[in-house]
Parts: sequence; C-alpha cells; structure tokens
Amino acid sequence: MPTRVGVVIFPGTNCEHDAVLALQRLGASADLVWHGDTSVAGYDALVLPGGFAHGDYLRPGAIARFSPVMDAVARFAAEGGPVVGICNGFQVLTEAGLLPGALQKNRGLRFLCTTVSVRVESSDSVLTAGVGAGTELAIPINHFEGNYTCDADTLARLQDEDRVVLRYVDNPNGSVDGIAGVCNEGRNVVGLMPHPERATDPLCGSVDGAVLVSALVGAATDFGSGRSAA
Amino acid sequence: MAGTAHFSVLVEVRLREGIADPQGATIERALPALGLSGVTGVRAGKSFRFDIAAADDADALAQATVVADRLLANPVIEESAVTVEPTGPGA
Repeated sequence: MPTRVGVVIFPGTNCEHDAVLALQRLGASADLVWHGDTSVAGYDALVLPGGFAHGDYLRPGAIARFSPVMDAVARFAAEGGPVVGICNGFQVLTEAGLLPGALQKNRGLRFLCTTVSVRVESSDSVLTAGVGAGTELAIPINHFEGNYTCDADTLARLQDEDRVVLRYVDNPNGSVDGIAGVCNEGRNVVGLMPHPERATDPLCGSVDGAVLVSALVGAATDFGSGRSAA
Repeated sequence: MAGTAHFSVLVEVRLREGIADPQGATIERALPALGLSGVTGVRAGKSFRFDIAAADDADALAQATVVADRLLANPVIEESAVTVEPTGPGA
C-alpha cells in the first residue's frame, strides 16, 4: 500500500491541487478530503492547504474550525498522526487550538506574494525530519495574514522546547521572533506560512520545498507502518 | 417557550493591549490629512449585533458571552465587550 495523504478542503480552499501534485511527485498517494466528512480513516498524514476557507470571514480559520472534519483532524493529531497546515491551513490549526498563537495582518498591511529565504531551525518535526538545522530554503509566501503572534510565555515555551521549526531569514511580515513555522508538543502537527508544495518543480523556480514535502511523506509512511504493526 | 424574552446584543471585539494593530496605526497616520494632529491611540476593531431569545437578562448575557468568546473573538489576540438590552417579551 502506498503512503496515503489526505488533503483537507474547505469551501474556498485553493491550493489543494498543488499539494496533491507535490505529494504525488514525492511518492505518496494523495486525495482530497471534504470538510463535511467526519472521518479521516485510512490516511497516514493530513495536509490542510492554503486558500480562504469559508471566505476567511470573521478571521482566517475562525469558521473552518467548526467544520465537521476538524474533530477527526484533532483525533488524528492526538493519535500522533502527522498533520501539516500550510498558510490558510496554519491559520485553521491555530484557530482550532491544535497549534499555539495566532496569525495577524502583516506588518505594513501589504499582501505578500514573493519567494523568501526560510531557515530550518529544528529537524525534530514531521516536516523537517532529516533536514539539517540551519538549512536555508527558497520558498514562496502568499499571504495577507501571516504575522505570527503569541504572548511572551508561549514564545518562551516555543523557544525552550525547540518548537520554532522555521524562521524567515529576513522577516517579511512582522512575525514575532521571525517565526515562519511552529510545531505542537508532540512535533507531529506543524503549521507554516510559506508554501513548500509550490517549490517542488523546477518550472516553479525552486525545488527547495521538496525536502519538506519528502519529510512529511516519510513521517506518514512511518506513522502508517507503525499503525499497521500495532 | 414560556417566559422567553428578547434581547438585543452588541459585541465589540478589539485587539488586546500590547498587540500591534497595523490597521489602527495606518488609520492614525492618515489623520493629519484631515488637519487633525491631536488624535492618538487609534485601535481598529469589529462590532456585531444580534438578537437572542432567553429566559432573562443573565441567561441572555451568558449566551452572548459564549458567542463572543468562542467565535467572535480569538482570545489569543482579542478581547470582547458584550452589551445586552431587553427589547421586549416574547410572543
């Protein structure tokens, strides 16, 4: 059985096909999971891709948190299943309480659509396993609300526990401590604003995202084989 | 439902103190164009109005607070103020 990744879509999600293609290119089977579904059985990992879930009404991710699939996502995460939220998916995971903090409007109120340098800060997560700390990757960003914010206690905890997974080399959006991506305590839930799935083909200008998507596929394979051995 | 009354609710959501408010700062920077130099401390927020059928004032406030805390505001960065006013008994 190939490793199977579910890509969760909400009304207004728009990066799901990029995610599916990137996952397939890196050896996984991937298909779409509708937000109204109440089960994610059979998947070895989940990706919450970018877009504007439920129109980003109220706040990005605020309504998506109540979509039926989110209970299944939370259970899957609690069982140790790899879950990665990219851009809007990161916003959904913070609103759902699966990751700490919140994403505010960018400093300067600019919508940012460009390729930035992102530094891997920790190899200890489902998205960065096997990628050396200090590795710099060229990965696109595409967001208006990517300014990561949390209180001082949460920030200290993230730093102490090595949970800042990715940092911007040049902070583009005002994120506290230059944070581009964080993980949960179990290190199996990761959220990031940059789009690694858009940097997996030379046609897109960078293939630097492939190591991250590959790491996720590897984590999914491990989780799947661990589960079938249990 | 016997004894039901109707209430009008106003929920104001604003960023917590100390949380940067780029929208408020941008609005503030536009004010000199109006010839005003004494306006400071601009903070942007949102307001929501809705109606609630509830047993009494306390019940209406409790329900409105759930809406405010669990949906309208993100407690990580925002706080909310809830105002409840009776609009009359139920039909």
